[in-house]
Amino acid sequence: MFARGLKPLSLASVVLIVGAFALVFFYAPNDADQGFIQKIFYLHVPLAIVALCGFVAGGVWGIQYLRTGDRAHDLRSYVAIHLSLILAVAALITGSIWAKAAWGHWWVCEEPTLVSFLIVFLLYACYQPLRFAIEDPGRQARTAAVFAITAGAFVPLNFLAVRLAESFTHPRVLSATGGSMPGEMRLTFMVSVLAMAVLFVTLWKYELASKQASMQLRALRRRLADDDDPWVPAGRSAAPQQI
Amino acid sequence: MPALPLDDAGPYVAAAYLVFLALILIYVAIMASKLVRIGREVGEINELLDRRDRRAEARDDDDREPAAEESVSR
Repeated sequence: MFARGLKPLSLASVVLIVGAFALVFFYAPNDADQGFIQKIFYLHVPLAIVALCGFVAGGVWGIQYLRTGDRAHDLRSYVAIHLSLILAVAALITGSIWAKAAWGHWWVCEEPTLVSFLIVFLLYACYQPLRFAIEDPGRQARTAAVFAITAGAFVPLNFLAVRLAESFTHPRVLSATGGSMPGEMRLTFMVSVLAMAVLFVTLWKYELASKQASMQLRALRRRLADDDDPWVPAGRSAAPQQI
Repeated sequence: MPALPLDDAGPYVAAAYLVFLALILIYVAIMASKLVRIGREVGEINELLDRRDRRAEARDDDDREPAAEESVSR
């Protein structure tokens, strides 16, 4: 069910990531203000954008799960949030590296953009422990869906709040005026965002396919084990156990 | 904000891209280990099926033997 189209998606991810990196280092000019260090921006910003979109997508699948009761939506939501957390870690680390080079500090606590992203990250860091704390699969899925919806709604609100904040030292990439990137930089940035989005979808589908295969295997073992195999049920897990 | 010279900025840029690649590689490695586990479980299920087939065949043989003995004695 989930493995369909994985091969072309994987190829597209590799081509787009390699293409984006090539554009970053061989096509996009050095920023007049920041110089070479600005190259981090083509990685850091797409990572943050895709991670935040993944969190919102997790909320949308949470709604779908509550509407339909289809466990596949719970699994989709779980995997989207799991992957977004990984991308968010990468965004935080790459952002810190950029901050150290540009500002001389790994972290600036007065900067609303940084703190708000950290709050979102820490909020979603509670998602897995929350799931793990609930043993009953139905209750686990329902609670996780409610969490994903609430936290997913918080993401755009948080983004808006940061935009409304008065002062920031963090550069603005997306603005109402369309930013101030020249054509080469804009193209490179767009390709980078697309590459990251396609990579996210590919990894999301991979993880879904892997989880589905594990579940099917477990179900098969359970059916086969009726009399001759000491089948041990899967222990408590944060991940959905069946679809 | 003064631009860092290339010599100073290079390691930071390299570090950022390496962090990304490392995270992706770790993720892929974890996925690969899960794939290995799935492969092993498939092997175990095959073994379980073989065992079940052998037992079913042995049961069939046991059922057939008394019937054959009966027809011979007649």
